[in-house]
Amino acid sequence: MLRRTFLTALAATTIAFTAFGPASAEDRFITVASTTSTQDSGLFNVLLPAFTAKTGITVKVVAQGTGQALDTARRGDADVVFVHAKAQEEKFLAEGFGVKRYPVMYNDFIVVGPKADPAGIAGGKDVATAFKTMADKKVPFVSRGDKSGTNTAELKLWQVAGVDLAAVRGDWYREIGQGMGATLNTAGAMGAYTLSDRATWLAFANKGDLVVVVEGDKKLFNQYGAMLVNPEKFPTVKAKDGQAFIDWLVSPEGQAVIASYKINGTQLFFPNATDPKA
Amino acid sequence: MLQDVSIISALWKIISGGDGDFYSIILLSLEVTLTAVTLAGCVGLPLGAMLALTRFRGRLPIIVVINTLMGFPPVVAGLVVFLLLSRSGPLGGLGLLFTPQAMMTAQFILVLPIIVALTRQTVEDLWSEYADHMTSLGVGRIGSIPTLLWDARFSLVTTMLAGLGRASAEVGAILIVGGNIAGYTRTMTTSIALETSKGDLPLAMALGVVLITITLCINGLAYGVSRIGAKLAGGR
Amino acid sequence: MRDVTSMLPLKLQDIALEVDGRRLLEVTATSIRNKRRTVVLGPNGAGKTLFLKVCHGLLKPSSGRLDFVAGKSDAEVRRRQAMVFQKPVMLRRSVRGNFTHALAMAGFGWRERRRLADETMAHFGLSALADRPARVLSGGEQQRLAIARAASLNPELLFLDEPTSALDPTAARQVEEMLELLRAHGMTLVMTTHDLGLARRFADDILFFHNGRLLEQGPADTFFTRPQTAEAQAFLENRLVW
Ligand SMILES: Nc1ncnc2c1ncn2[C@@H]1O[C@H](COP(=O)(O)OP(=O)(O)OP(=O)(O)O)[C@@H](O)[C@H]1O
Ligand SMILES: [Mg+2]
Repeated sequence: MLRRTFLTALAATTIAFTAFGPASAEDRFITVASTTSTQDSGLFNVLLPAFTAKTGITVKVVAQGTGQALDTARRGDADVVFVHAKAQEEKFLAEGFGVKRYPVMYNDFIVVGPKADPAGIAGGKDVATAFKTMADKKVPFVSRGDKSGTNTAELKLWQVAGVDLAAVRGDWYREIGQGMGATLNTAGAMGAYTLSDRATWLAFANKGDLVVVVEGDKKLFNQYGAMLVNPEKFPTVKAKDGQAFIDWLVSPEGQAVIASYKINGTQLFFPNATDPKA
Repeated sequence: MLQDVSIISALWKIISGGDGDFYSIILLSLEVTLTAVTLAGCVGLPLGAMLALTRFRGRLPIIVVINTLMGFPPVVAGLVVFLLLSRSGPLGGLGLLFTPQAMMTAQFILVLPIIVALTRQTVEDLWSEYADHMTSLGVGRIGSIPTLLWDARFSLVTTMLAGLGRASAEVGAILIVGGNIAGYTRTMTTSIALETSKGDLPLAMALGVVLITITLCINGLAYGVSRIGAKLAGGR
Repeated sequence: MRDVTSMLPLKLQDIALEVDGRRLLEVTATSIRNKRRTVVLGPNGAGKTLFLKVCHGLLKPSSGRLDFVAGKSDAEVRRRQAMVFQKPVMLRRSVRGNFTHALAMAGFGWRERRRLADETMAHFGLSALADRPARVLSGGEQQRLAIARAASLNPELLFLDEPTSALDPTAARQVEEMLELLRAHGMTLVMTTHDLGLARRFADDILFFHNGRLLEQGPADTFFTRPQTAEAQAFLENRLVW
């Protein structure tokens, strides 16, 4: 009874506010749950206007860690997910929340750390060795610890390196539960190593003492996929416009826009929609 | 690392319009905050006055709860609104998650207890002074509410400013329910959070300076107006 | 048709007021008569203010009866009386605002309010203060405003709780002149005061309280020339010990 009253009051309040909301010029919009890396890197700043110009559909991006973005979609609060953690995406599909996964592009992860390189791993080409060394020497390492795509990739790399994280965890391994930018800020301030996606790193403005120590290993590739949220689960999903966005992302035109995005002359994302294994 | 010069140049860049979204972000922030605070005032002032003047069982516990809610953690308020407005939540049908209206609702919930609690205290104090006079005029407690609210107006301006302060400084709740969508639900505070996470500390700081300046202006204006008014009406 | 017959006399029978088990006021029987000036006397703490508040309906007696002439509704009775408090209540508004507020509460329309307010202020020499904030007025000015404000409601019965306390002789004179105007207007006045000179000049009837009890009542001449109780005698000779 009380709960009913409260909900009614809240609904009334919220509806009252709709009278005050900014006049929404964009009647046609979709909500995309995506990752902080795509947003913070600035890719969306060129990608979305190109799509809107072509179709008249506005895209509202809620940038979260991959896990959180998928959860947002699981509640039906997004039309499309655009994330980078293949295993989690496949689980999402298997649960019936997604319709189909489309590979869109990849970028790569890099290991960054203090210029002084206390672990002595700089310049290495094998990321597994580098991770093993860091664990052995217990040099400070900042983990995002937020179930994001980057966090998932990091945990997988410890596995590949044969490190049993649960066993060797200690003071040196710091989970901060925040986005990529905040993680880089923290690593910089603590003189620690961390795993970052290249896009965020290049756009990141507060590098301070941090440098790239390991890059280029195939194991560091980071695949992005897009999925339409299942309209059979959530009838409110804007299936047509959402699918239009995905179709455009994987079209030659969308792929070309992705390839054209550069920071300081460096290309950040590599379109690979045509690669069936991606 | 964080030189004054870079803050100043960042300030210059955003103010001179180098960052096109900047003014719409300010406008949205003001719109969300002022709407939430205004509505909280419309509801909270009469509610606080009612609470001050009525006597019923359970009144004291309610007062204690409301006083406690003044310190309600914004993220929790955000989370509650989020879960309610989510498509899977009880109010999902409204489709209001990740909209400015959702942010207004969250801030409304945060500000309301402050306004109710402070109004109750103010009105109760004033009532102890006015009670005999109003009763003599044949006006009951509830009927006295407009008189009391009007005569307490200068203290209540401060109450509203306290609410405004909480709303305008708040980031936890609106980040959760608004989603920080560029050009749609991105406000001053969520921009600051975002720029900090991007490591663009000078820009974050510059935005912070602008936010503080705006808040300062609003407070200065409200305080000045209420002081002048108080002077004309003969003190508080 | 407006009912113009008087609601007085006000009759009190076996009134007692108790707070936390303490008996603060006890009145066996008395009445407030139409068009008379009743002055309530007694030392500090005798219960004069409580008596006025009980008569005015601000305090509910613990027992006893308090009756106006039969056939008047509660609202009617309320509308026909007013009270000026020992410590005047000044609304946080201009002097004029204090008048218009009281008149608004009494149900007068917007235009009527302003007219009556301006008239009353002119009548009592307050026009020069009209736009001043009420709360910065001097004590005497506030006292006069409170009386005029109550008078503007044109009550049949007006209670005044020490209207001349803490006033300089000139201000006290001005207040006394106001009271004279009200009497001439036909109002029934009930007033407390510690100014025996004023009481002698002004009173038709006296009610004498001591220790919360109404000890003596009657015409003023009798009271001042031949007080019945030892307490009243002592009070008049300024040697009452309590
Ligand atoms: N609400 C109350 N609770 C308890 N005691 C009270 C209350 N109001 C008044 N009294 C007591 O009742 C007594 C009479 O108070 P009252 O104000 O009527 O005195 P008074 O005759 O008006 O005195 P003064 O000349 O000082 O104004 C005092 O002793 C006072 O302390
Ligand atoms: Mg008294």
